[in-house]
Order: sequence, then structure tokens, then C-alpha cells
Amino acid sequence: MTDATLGEKENVLPPPAEVEDVELYHAKSWLTHYVFSQDAKYIAIQYAGTAIGIGLVALVMSWVIRLQLAFPGAIPFIDASRYYQAVTMHGMIMVVYMLTAIFLGGFGNYLIPLMVGARDMVFPYVNMLSYWVYLLATLVLVASFFVPGGPTGAGWTLYPPQAIMSGTPGNDYGIILMLASLILFIVGFTMGGLNYVVTVLQGRTRGMTLMRMPLTVWGIFAAAVMALLAFPGLFVACVMLLLDRTLGTSFFMPSIVEGGEHLKYSGGSPILFQHLFWFFGHPEVYIVALPAFGIVSDLISTHARKNIFGYRMMVWAIVAIGVLSMVVWGHHMYVSGMNPLFGFFFAVTTLAIALPTAIKVYNWVLTLWRADIHFTTPMLFALGFIVTFVNGGITGLYLGNVIVDVPLSATMFVVAHFHMVMGVAPVLVIFGAIYHWYPKITGRMLDETLGKIHFWITFLGAYAIFFPMHYLGLVGVPRRFYELGETAFVPHSAAALNIFITVAALIVGAAQAIFFFNVFWSLRHGKPSGGNPWRATSLEWQTPETPPGHGNWGKELPIVYRWAYAYSVPGAPEDYLPQNAPPLKGEHSP
Amino acid sequence: MSVMGLFFILIACIALWWLARQGVLRSSFAEEGEIADFPGAELLPRPPAAKVGLGVFLAVAGCLFSLLCAAFFMRMDAPDWQAPPIPGILWFNTAVLIASSLALDLARRAADRRETDDVKSWLLVGGGCALLFLLGQLWAWRELAAQGLYASSNPANAFFYLLTGTHALHLVGGLAALARTARAAWSGRGGAELAASVELCAIYWHFLLFVWLLLFAMLAGWADNFGVICRRLLS
Amino acid sequence: MLVALIMVAVVAASLLFHFLSPWRMTPIASNWGYIDNMMGATFWITAAGFVAVILFMAYCLFRFRHQEGRRAAYEPENQKLEGWLAIGTTIAVIALLAPGLFVWGQFINVPEGAMEVEAMGQQWQWSFRFPGADNRLGATDALFIDANNPYGLNPNDPRGQDDILASGGDLHLPIGKPIKMLLRSIDVLHDFYVPEFRAKMDLVPGIVTYFWFTPTKTGEFEILCAAFCGTGHPQMRAKVVIESEDDFKTWLATQQTFAQSRRGEAAHDRRASAR
Repeated sequence: MTDATLGEKENVLPPPAEVEDVELYHAKSWLTHYVFSQDAKYIAIQYAGTAIGIGLVALVMSWVIRLQLAFPGAIPFIDASRYYQAVTMHGMIMVVYMLTAIFLGGFGNYLIPLMVGARDMVFPYVNMLSYWVYLLATLVLVASFFVPGGPTGAGWTLYPPQAIMSGTPGNDYGIILMLASLILFIVGFTMGGLNYVVTVLQGRTRGMTLMRMPLTVWGIFAAAVMALLAFPGLFVACVMLLLDRTLGTSFFMPSIVEGGEHLKYSGGSPILFQHLFWFFGHPEVYIVALPAFGIVSDLISTHARKNIFGYRMMVWAIVAIGVLSMVVWGHHMYVSGMNPLFGFFFAVTTLAIALPTAIKVYNWVLTLWRADIHFTTPMLFALGFIVTFVNGGITGLYLGNVIVDVPLSATMFVVAHFHMVMGVAPVLVIFGAIYHWYPKITGRMLDETLGKIHFWITFLGAYAIFFPMHYLGLVGVPRRFYELGETAFVPHSAAALNIFITVAALIVGAAQAIFFFNVFWSLRHGKPSGGNPWRATSLEWQTPETPPGHGNWGKELPIVYRWAYAYSVPGAPEDYLPQNAPPLKGEHSP
Repeated sequence: MSVMGLFFILIACIALWWLARQGVLRSSFAEEGEIADFPGAELLPRPPAAKVGLGVFLAVAGCLFSLLCAAFFMRMDAPDWQAPPIPGILWFNTAVLIASSLALDLARRAADRRETDDVKSWLLVGGGCALLFLLGQLWAWRELAAQGLYASSNPANAFFYLLTGTHALHLVGGLAALARTARAAWSGRGGAELAASVELCAIYWHFLLFVWLLLFAMLAGWADNFGVICRRLLS
Repeated sequence: MLVALIMVAVVAASLLFHFLSPWRMTPIASNWGYIDNMMGATFWITAAGFVAVILFMAYCLFRFRHQEGRRAAYEPENQKLEGWLAIGTTIAVIALLAPGLFVWGQFINVPEGAMEVEAMGQQWQWSFRFPGADNRLGATDALFIDANNPYGLNPNDPRGQDDILASGGDLHLPIGKPIKMLLRSIDVLHDFYVPEFRAKMDLVPGIVTYFWFTPTKTGEFEILCAAFCGTGHPQMRAKVVIESEDDFKTWLATQQTFAQSRRGEAAHDRRASAR
């Protein structure tokens, strides 16, 4: 750090206001204030509420799956069709409608304007539309439960030809509703994504340079850019599959004989769909992971009272992961029958992405070195994230290395891997983030004791579900099997392991009731938090009101003087310096 | 996939250039001071948010069209591919779309000079031409359908309908935006606001014209060689 | 304090589980021992990383937990340390990747003289076809499929006339000989998966995919479908029997060729129409 130049720079006159005063939208009635609100903070809560609501449906689906795997045939309600429908809906809802929506629509909407010091998103009306289109997409998805034939059971990857053929449950209405819902989701998401990106580009307050943004904003920003570029892949795939299903075109459908009958398709390429799907599907993993990376960095830094270690590397790693993740999709298709030479390329890019990811992990852990660690609930969730993410990340090195993937692909090992790395890990971050920002949203603290109970059951329970599951995959148990039956190569003890996993899953699922109780109870009875209960530096904690009022900042926008990680700066009176606190006379960062 | 490759190299270059210009490579992130890390901030006035928003949207739309083209080239080498004859009216449509784009550009220039009457007339011409283009595209569809070339009869036909349809839908969206701009012009709100709005429309129109020219070349089969090169690269 | 202990316990429990668990890879029955070795090497490298990171974290949690009067150090970055960590990780990744790519190179290059065998998948069963005396498989297309030609062989292709169609759903293969499995499907995606062989590949309607292996153990193994293919997916099974060359030849001689099956059908049809 060069001190010498600092003194000079401070004599420079401040630049003219970089943010114009925008005529803010003002709610005129109860309806436009609470329902059709254009305030990003309301939209955030609407997004998060919807995402969690539909996520609970997916949680119930996971119980259906687990009950069948542990006690095959014991519950007559769960027949093969319902099992596959549960598998499909669980996957699709969790990945797209829950995780993507809550990280970008929920946290993105709430945190971006506050953290960069803006009054609102740059296009509030489009932002509102984005939520309502998302809600419509969710409702269309839910509607598929109530049509004849039920929702589609094609697996969340919706691979043609089977997705639209009669051997798959929900092939008549379910699949059409699913595709329509996804198309709506993408349209709605694109509106939101434009907002997130342009707000970060345009809405930053004075002094908030890119390299002073909290990593949460970096993560969400990079994820939004990637999502904007990746979702068109899914969009194209969905539209073409919908045309194949409804108009009888042959984009993805080759000549097919079904039950002795020749279908009227010819010449289509099922692999083309897989390319398009995974062109979206892999970046999707990082669309979920990058915001989680960013949030976790901020949680660790705040609660360990120490600056995030290697901020610049962290930013570069986010950018590098963002770029690389667009060229690794083929690792989902090593045994798909695509040109085998692609295996070389995708294995190299996939393992290359391990490098920036590993650097992020090192920097999180190194942030703890010589820190002052407070074991608050958000901190615990961040630590739980590190454990599950490292565990899930290293199994990625098995699956990314093309030849090692060959025996493991399509087994329970894959299921365990992606649940650990993009199921449990991001969900722990979501919980941590809610415990962290709940005081800002409501003005009251969540109960810490309940929070810690919730954390330990969730973290240890989820680890107990997915760690042993890898070993079923090693044995060779394939995924998406309604029942394994008597199979020579699977020892009988595997059934006991399955029962153990199911019991753990039921407990973890039920334990979420503690969280919901805490959220609702604390609304009324939580300890009043004040504006900055965690003594954090970033701008959202410096609002004049808590919860922040419409327009966030009262009369004047904050001016930013330093980065978001000025914790325990030597010479400072307290162990944190808010981003907008004027520089101390004669005191500079070392 | 080469199409996607080219597209992404372009996007990545823009992104990295922008990041570098914003000082991501500089080491002074932990320093204090109001503008300590923002050299030349005064010299770089930010473009209006709507323009940046449009730019980002064009990247998304560009991604969509490049994916469709990539799928087109990948699907093309299947043996059952039979490209439909290109309806003659497409030539006329292309000319109309060029005229539409030109008209909007003239509208943009007029708006810059604050000549609201000229803006109005050029907006009308531009919008009218765009509508004519859409009708022409519909005519082309009817012509193909009349020859029995339905979407389900051959993948090449299906791609023809899909590509032209997606492009037309984008143009319909553009017309909605144009209608808003026109309403602003007629209600007498001239000045910088109108100029910005007209400029956005003009940029969008140029983009759609560019996409259409590429699609037209592809559908007419002039890009077959490119497809062959792609396949060589893949296999 | 407690948190640090629990983190250590998580690492210890994971390692114990790994070494004590009865759930291990099935005994290998093909030449792809390399894959198992790669898996072992990956385990040691990644497990070392996992244990190191989490134990270091646990130590920090214990050593730097909040106590009265503690204040964290201020250290924005340390490029030297980060550089070394990046280099170390790069080396580990290359150590995993390089041999992996080498083995993948072997996996996709079928040795000269491998015996071609075709597996055909449909909802939800397997069928198998061997080349006849000419050692070449005849051309196929789903369009040719009808009641008399369930495999969809091109009836006009002379190479296909002597192709042997395995009946009864079992696949017999000779031990110790490289086998090139040619895979095709007539409806949806399937995947030819025998856990003991380690190798697997998707069956894609419209194209023919392949992989190769050399059986190294006699016995019966189960063939499963490993690409979701509809409600009957778990029931899509068959048996592969690895036996000595002689036993295999004896078995193959009992199977019908394509031409024989057509003649039989034709004769059957004639009788039916005469009646």
C-alpha cells in the first residue's frame, strides 16, 4: 500500500455527482405499495417468499424420493410414475425456481441497491414486471400438478426423445406446462437480470469504484451476467422441444419406433438438445454458486472482524470462474455419445476452473487466520458452507476428470456430489444470509439459540445425508432407479444405508420448522437490532432508517471513502470503519 | 458451436476491456479517499442507464440468435436436410427493413437537431416500413405453407419458421417501444428525452437489420461453406 | 472451542467412514484397472486437500476465537502466499489431469482387431447382434423395423445377411479379447452399463456410439441402463456372460442369422396364408 500518494489525492476536489437525482416512483395506494410495488426491497421479499414457498414443495418431493428409496414399495401412493415426477419436480424447482430466484431475485434485489449506494434499481417498473412474470411461471409449474397425467417425469434435464414420449409420465400436458413455465421464467429473469447488471454499472454512488464493492455485489453481478448469457441456451432448447412436441417438428427427434409403431419424426439430434441444455445447465451451477461465494465472503469477514484476505484475487477468481464456466458444459456429456475428442477439451477447462475455486477457499480460510472470530449464527452457516463446499468441490475433481467420470457418471455419486456442492452449500449460505440481514430487513434480531440449534441439525444432518451417498455410487448404484431390486453387485447392507439416509433427510427437513418459527416469532418478539447490529462496514448497514425507507438514503446519497473490508484497521477507534465514514485526519490504512 | 465461440470471444473481450478500464488490475483497492481509486472519473461521464440497458439486452438477444444459428449449422448436416426455396418476397422485405433502419437513423439525426416535425415523419416512415416487413414475412410463410412446406415436413423448414419467427417477435417488441417513442413525440415532449428514446430505437433497429442480413444469408444457403468449416473444426 | 472440535470430528468421521465402510467398488472384470488406479490417486490427493483445509480452519477457529480484548490483524493480501498456493494447486490439478487424459486417449482408441458386437436398446429391453462369417455388421435404420425385422437391418445389405441375432436377451462374450461395443437405440436414450467393466456409454437414437473393453474374468454380470428412459428404466436389464473362447463359439453356433430368421418368418407367413 502506498501512503505517499494518499495525502495528495485527498486534496483533489470531489468529482461532480455521478448519480443523477432520479425522480423516484412513489406508491400511491396500498396496492402499489405492498403488492405491485416497484421498490426493490419489496420485490426482493416477494421473490424470496415465492422461492421459499415453492422450495418447500420441492422439499416434500425429496421426502417422497427418499421414502421410496429406503422402503421400496412400502407406500402404495409412490408408484414409478409418481417417483419420477417427484424426482423431476424436485430437481427443476430447486435449481431454477428456488436457488436462482432467491439468490438473484431475492438477495440481488435487496442488496445491490443498498450495497452500491443507489436509491433503487435503475428500471423499477421492469423490476416489478420481472417478479410478476416469475410468479406466473411458478403458477404454471404448479398447475402441472393438477392436469391429467400430472407433471412431467422426464428428469430435470428433460432429455428428448423420452421427455415427450409415452413411456414417460406427464408426457401430454405436464411437459408442455413445464416448457412454457421455463420460457416464462427466462423472460422474467432477463428483465430482472438487466436490472441487476445495469444497476451495478450505473447506479453506484460517488466513490464506489468496482474495486470497493463488497464481494456479495461482485458475486451477484457476475452471476447475473452469466445468467443473461446462459439462459438463452435453455430458452432455445425449450422452444425447439415445445415445437417438436406440439407441431411435430424434428429438431431433436430422430426416427423412432415406439411399441412397433414408427413415429413421424426423422433425423433430429438428441445430442443437440443436450448441448443447448448444458450450455445453460453448467453456468447455472455457478449462477447459484457465485452469489453464495460473495455472500459467504462478507459473512466471514464481518463476523471474524477481519478484512477478507486477498480481495483482488477474490474478484479475479469470480471473473475467471464466470468466463471459464461458459466453456465447461461438455463435462456433463462425457458418456453422451458426443465426439469423444471433446472429452480432452472439457476435462482441461473443467479442472482449470478448480484453480480459481480453490483460491477462493484458501482465502476464506486464511481470512480466519489472526482474526477475532465471533461464533454468531451467520458465521456458523458460513463455516458449514466451507466444509460442505470443499467436500463437494473435491468430488468434482473425480467427475470432471473425463476418464474417472466414466464409471461414476449416472450413479448416486453424482447425486451426492451435486447436492453437496450446489444443494447443501448454497442453502447454508441462504440461511446464513437470512440470519445476517434479517435485522436490516425487519429491525429485529432472529433468536440466536434457535438459530444455532437450526444450524447444527441442518449442517450435520445434511452432511450425514450426502457424504455416505457417495459410497452407494462407488458400489455402482445408478441414479433415477425407482427400485434397485435384487442386484448381484450391490451388498444387502446398502439397504440399511439407504434407510439411514432417509431418516437423516426426514429429520433435516422437519428441523426447518425451527427456522420458520424463528422468522415469524422474531418479527414481533425479536430483540430490536438497531441499524448496524453486526458492526459491519458495508453501506447497507449505514442507512438512516432501519428498515431502510423508500429511496434508501434519506436526502443525500452516501459518499464512499474506502473498500468494504476495513475491519480492525490499526489506529481506528473501533474495529470497523464504515465505507462512508470520512477519512480520519492523519489516519490512513497502512 | 464455432458461432458461439466467436460470439463469446467478442463478449469476453468487451467485458475484460471494460474491467481493465475500471481499474480492476490496480492494487490500490484498500486505500482510502473519495476518488483515490477512480482516476479520470470526471472525464468519463456515464452513458445513460437506458442505453447501457439496451446494450446488455442486445448481448442477450445476440446470444439467443447465435445459439439458434449454432443449432442450425449442427442440424444442417443430417441427411434429411432439404432447404426450402427462398420465397422471392424476402428480397423485397430485406429492402424494406433497410429502409426502415435508414428512416430511424434519419429520425435520430433529426432528434439530435431537435427538429420534432422531421422526427415525427421519419418515425412514421420507419414504423410503417417495419410493419410492411412483418406483413411480408407473413406472406413468405404463407407462400411456403401453400407449397406444402410445413414446419413438420422438414427440419430445414422448421428452422426457417423458427428463425424468421424469433426475429419477427423481436421486431414486434421493437414496434411497441417505437409506439411509446412516437407517443412522446406527438404529445410534444421534444428535447433530450425524445432524442435519447429515438436513439435507442435506432440502435435496436440497426441490430435487428444486422441479424436479419445474417439470417437471410444463412437461410439462402450462402453460409453453407461456413457450416462446412464449422463441421471440419468439430470432427 | 466446541465448533472447532466438531469440525475436527467431521473430518475424523469422514475418514473413518471411508476406511471402514463395506461399500466399495465392485471387483473389476475388465482391462480398465487404470480407471481404478486413477480413482485411488484422486482420492489421496483430494482427501489430503480436504483434511488440510478443514483442520487448518478448525485450528483457526480454536486459536483465534473471540476473547476479551482480542483484535484481528489487518492484512489485505499477501501475494507471495497466494502465489505459492496457486502454484501448489495447479501442480495437484495437473497431476490428476495428465494421466486422466492419457487413459481417456486409450479409452477412445479401439485396438486393431477388436471384435465388434452391437447392443441395441429399446424401451425397456436389450438385444444383441454379432457379425457373421464376414466379420462385418450390416447397416441398420430404425425405418426398416417391422414385425419380421425387429433389429431394423437393411434387408438389401449383403453384409447383414449373415449377422447373428442373439436370442433370449443374454449377451455372451469371450474372455481376454478386446470387444468393441457398438451401441444404438431405436427410441430414447439408454446407457450400456456393467459396473464391473467400469466403462459405459449412452445409446443415442439416430447415431451409433461405441466403447471398448477386454473382459478379464469369467462369470455372469448384470447389464443395467444408466440413462433415464421412462418408467420401466430400472427393469431394463440383461445378463452378460463372459466365458472361454470355445464355450462362446459353441453358444454363438446355436444362434440364428438374420437370413435364417427371415426365411423362418417367410415360411411361417406362407404356411399361414396357405391355410
